[in-house]
Amino acid sequence: MSNGRFGIHGGQYIPETLMNAVIELEEAYNRYKDDPQFNAELTTLFNEYAGRPSRLYYAEKLTKTLGGAKIYLKREDLNHTGAHKINNVLGQALLAKKMGKTRLIAETGAGQHGVATATAAALMGMECVVFMGEEDTKRQALNVYRMKLLGSEVVPVTTGTATLKDAVSEAMREWTSRISDTHYCLGSVMGPHPFPTIVRDFQAVISKEIKQQILEKEGRLPDAVMACVGGGSNAIGTFYHFINDPSVRLIGCEAAGRGVDTFETAATIATGKLGIFHGMKSYFCQDEYGQIAPVYSISAGLDYPGIGPEHAYLHDTGRAEYVPVTDEEAVNAFEFLAKTEGIIPAIESAHAVAHAMKIAPEMDKDKIIVITISGRGDKDCAAIARYRGENIYE
Amino acid sequence: MSNTAKAFADGKAFIPFITCGDPDLETTGRIVREMEKNGADLVELGIPFSDPTAEGPVIQGANIRALSGGVTTDKIFGFVEELRKDVKIPLVFMTYANVVFSYGIERFVQRCAEVGIDGIILPDVPFEEKEEFAPTCRSHGIDFISLIAPTSENRIETIAGSAEGFLYIVSSLGVTGVRSEIKTDIGAMTASVRKYSKVPCAVGFGISEPEQAKKMAGLSDGCIVGSAIVKIVAEHGRESAPFVGEYVKRMKDAVREA
Repeated sequence: MSNGRFGIHGGQYIPETLMNAVIELEEAYNRYKDDPQFNAELTTLFNEYAGRPSRLYYAEKLTKTLGGAKIYLKREDLNHTGAHKINNVLGQALLAKKMGKTRLIAETGAGQHGVATATAAALMGMECVVFMGEEDTKRQALNVYRMKLLGSEVVPVTTGTATLKDAVSEAMREWTSRISDTHYCLGSVMGPHPFPTIVRDFQAVISKEIKQQILEKEGRLPDAVMACVGGGSNAIGTFYHFINDPSVRLIGCEAAGRGVDTFETAATIATGKLGIFHGMKSYFCQDEYGQIAPVYSISAGLDYPGIGPEHAYLHDTGRAEYVPVTDEEAVNAFEFLAKTEGIIPAIESAHAVAHAMKIAPEMDKDKIIVITISGRGDKDCAAIARYRGENIYE
Repeated sequence: MSNTAKAFADGKAFIPFITCGDPDLETTGRIVREMEKNGADLVELGIPFSDPTAEGPVIQGANIRALSGGVTTDKIFGFVEELRKDVKIPLVFMTYANVVFSYGIERFVQRCAEVGIDGIILPDVPFEEKEEFAPTCRSHGIDFISLIAPTSENRIETIAGSAEGFLYIVSSLGVTGVRSEIKTDIGAMTASVRKYSKVPCAVGFGISEPEQAKKMAGLSDGCIVGSAIVKIVAEHGRESAPFVGEYVKRMKDAVREA
């Protein structure tokens, strides 16, 4: 079996045309990942440009309102560009630059990864093209404008369901046609090896900081860490440095859409089965003949029919738990966090908040949970207003 | 000699592609018979996939039309069984890893052998992942056909060295689709391939005109045409068969001159 496996998952199921490109990427990554100068440059970008370390905030009012476990919020929403996506993008853009690439391409769902990539491209003087499902360009019009403002080209993808999976397919097609000067800056812990590993390593800064911060504040590890999961990059970032601490529960919150018993869902672990797609073996929502299902979630960022291979493995081994959260529950949590803490989370992150609202009241007051707020919710306000029947325009 | 290699036994081969069930299997059946009648040496039968990442817009469209027409892997096996009552030329499936994997690799390959399929091409299974599929194919006498791309370079020796049936040479970067010009040095690629492999090699991706077919077949052992044929089907729908037949004849005549 090939490299880049997490148990049976992962691998490199891609056209021959791309094989030397991923091999070149793996070699470059292995050369730079422990290089002191590369890491010094990346740390400077993280701290001076992206605003790291992000805060670990004790949500006292939320804790008291729910009446159970002590809740901390890992504030990735306070990063530059408003989400955790910048961590991975700065790492990959710096790596691409070292590899002599001059052009970045990316897929985006909610637009957060696209904005982050456009930002890094502007900063580093690289050309940038972002593929975004046409449906998502409508749901997230503001982010389309932001990307263009940052100097990127945005290509609306009209194939398939015109959402995130189609944007990934189109970015892969584009990479096949132009490799020598172009790096595909994949936005999640998915795709062919070495992407799931590279993206995880750049996002692992989240759990590295949580661990340090919680030890400073509480003198002990949390009882649970939780995050939303689409492809799963903020979740793996949140889990990574706790994987070998068995006392810490790792909880990933999937988008159930209108419910796991309907076809309008994107909860891969709850409803998917083992398959091979977008370069990797993992779990996918699909029919009996392996045709990929047209998934649905109110959240454009979680509206993806698969999950990263390392999550599939953490599910197989039982180390992490994956739970479905519906649109309605996420929207309630979106509003609840805004009212109790004055923090408007991304609708993606609201899925994790929603699950915390279920479990925190059942836990003892001396228990500690950390929720990663992967992004801020400004981009979602118009869509949530529409969900509640209020017609506002961006 | 494997069945697929027999396609190259009488000189340069012409290999047309068609997506099964676009717009329905009756039409695909008429088209395959027209292809055979007009000189096709082997036919690539596409099993549609919802998200064909190696295809350009033309074949993507065919996949969508076929799936919305209700075709499934099981219906296609039944269709090939029926086809094999009179179609004699080698037939290979071209599809994506998940179509085979979700059916069960062993079960899929066994059905292929039962209905008379001679080879399988999976564009999203490179050399590194081949072992998951190839040994099962081998044990049922089915060729697992490998692809070589313009970017393969140092990988050619490994891929060509273990090739079965024939080698599919991808003429250009990018996805499938008609191209006005093929810029890759195909002669250099085939020379390198022939150094390490005894199996025939055919060039595909971007070929649509008889002149290109003649040139590509001249530099290799044959040529593969997909999008140009699928375009005819997109235009003529259920009435496509005679138009495809006429096109195959023109292309085969050009290949004969190579």
